[in-house]
Amino acid sequence: MQYKSRGRKATKEGFAEGLVELGKKYEDVVALGADITSSVGMEDFAKNYRERFFSMGIAEQNCIGTAAGLALSGKVPVFSTYGVFAGIRTADQVRISLCYNDVHAIIGGAHAGVSVGPDGATHQALEDIAIMRVMPNMTLLSPADATQTKLATMAAYEQCAGPVYVRFGRAPFPDFTNSADAFEVGKAQTLKSGNDITLIATGHLVWEALLAAEQLAGENINARVINMHTIKPIDKEIIIKAARETKAIITAEEHQVHGGLGSAVAEVVVHNHPVPMIFVGMHDRFGESGQPEELMRKYGLTAEGIVSKVKNFYEKNS
Amino acid sequence: MNEAKLKKLRSISKEIRKDVLRSLTEAGSGHTGGSLGLADVFTVLYFHVLKHKPHKPDWPDRDRLILSIGHVAPVLYVALAHAGYFPKKELQTLRKLDSRLQGHPGRDHGLPGLELSAGSLGQGLSVAVGMALAGKLDHKDFFVYSLHGDGELQEGSIWEAAMSASHHKLDHLIAIVDRNEVQIDGKTSEVMELEPLADKWRAFGWKVFHCNGHDHKEIYNTIQQAKKKEGKPAVILAKTLMGKGVKSIENDHRWHGKPPAKEQLSDFLNQIEENNAI
Ligand SMILES: [Mg+2]
Repeated sequence: MQYKSRGRKATKEGFAEGLVELGKKYEDVVALGADITSSVGMEDFAKNYRERFFSMGIAEQNCIGTAAGLALSGKVPVFSTYGVFAGIRTADQVRISLCYNDVHAIIGGAHAGVSVGPDGATHQALEDIAIMRVMPNMTLLSPADATQTKLATMAAYEQCAGPVYVRFGRAPFPDFTNSADAFEVGKAQTLKSGNDITLIATGHLVWEALLAAEQLAGENINARVINMHTIKPIDKEIIIKAARETKAIITAEEHQVHGGLGSAVAEVVVHNHPVPMIFVGMHDRFGESGQPEELMRKYGLTAEGIVSKVKNFYEKNS
Repeated sequence: MNEAKLKKLRSISKEIRKDVLRSLTEAGSGHTGGSLGLADVFTVLYFHVLKHKPHKPDWPDRDRLILSIGHVAPVLYVALAHAGYFPKKELQTLRKLDSRLQGHPGRDHGLPGLELSAGSLGQGLSVAVGMALAGKLDHKDFFVYSLHGDGELQEGSIWEAAMSASHHKLDHLIAIVDRNEVQIDGKTSEVMELEPLADKWRAFGWKVFHCNGHDHKEIYNTIQQAKKKEGKPAVILAKTLMGKGVKSIENDHRWHGKPPAKEQLSDFLNQIEENNAI
């Protein structure tokens, strides 16, 4: 495999690094904290740029509105908290104050997916992609690892002009993408070529998809692997090409399959070149407590989970 | 404020009320009660208080006026047109397809002078806090005025914003509450009691002022008081009458969300003339 893990690193650390870098490069970047600043990667920014960091308390709705006001006054605010609060509790503020006003503001959606672990269902964001991606004017980034999360955070400032949601996780996962590889908003990356089936993954599942492709190669199935780091605007071209050139598309995400990456890909597939699809993700249920790896395994959010669904597909269709 | 100025402001309010009625009648839907009730406050703000340049709406040093209660958009639009932001004849396009005058304010339609797209209650004070924070960070001396309904204060997010405004000592932020004591379902005291309202704001760290929201001189003097910078945000509870100026509908909550019928318009315009005789 072309990609090697350099070790484990939480994607929230990539967000933290990106934010500090933005603070250093751009005077107009300000940040809003809702009490849990250290656990969502804002501590370093708050320390380095005290006058540009505003403590807002546990009041997420107000944070979004305040971000809109800052953005309407020439600042580029970054607000980060757990995705369940940042993107779900605040849905109406995001819809009207941010998206209808179409202001350049960045929301960091931390604690994405079941890999949050022992905190359990209340704190595992599994619906934020679905809710954020239906908001007009919103850009939604879901990078694959810590290195790419830093790039995505920079891109949210440098390549965007409206509201942006950057999704990342808590637990350390393999860090494998190259910082030298350009991160282009809206342009997915083909990490491995292949012409039998296509695995389209986002977030932590991208690494698992790469491992799955390796296992499938042993079964004489040549899988293409695509890192869909931008959920919105989605890269239609790469999806249509995969639908035309391979016989099935498997999506993999740490999110509800309803409304998430799988749905976003299916919307493109059915309109352009219908092919069978398989959805790896959470199937209309809440998460629970446990260690991140245990939970990923239990819900099939692993290379093995992907491989077994692909094999099922082959058995049914042979 | 001298007599000549006062006379001028009263006459502007009268014309604003008439145009509010005309545009709502033409639209065939919209919120009459609150728009009439706030006509005097809007007059004082746009014609005697705000530091602004209608020919240069994006002037960075302007005072900001945030309308949190988007449903009274008609009075905002009429005030903006009278102040010179756009031609008055455009007021007849209110709520129509492709109009810049959306039912609730939408900046995406490009109306000059519009600071915020709003309509979902309880969000404007947070935006005002953000603008005030930006002004403070940039050492600007503009004021941010944020306009609210009394029923709107039932939204919890208002109190999140209130807490943050005093925490950050935003003494260039002035909230004005349209205290007409009514909302869609009836009296605020019956739908959801707000009193003791002044105590609530004080407890959240705000300076509280009261005024008669139909007395131009009192509105102006109260705002001047509120502008004194003492490390705290200020709220003005402006006592108003929903539907003010049209005696036959005053204080009738059923007029919150409907327009005059075409055949009522001339009677309503006559009532404005009689009730606002200078
Ligand atoms: Mg009211």
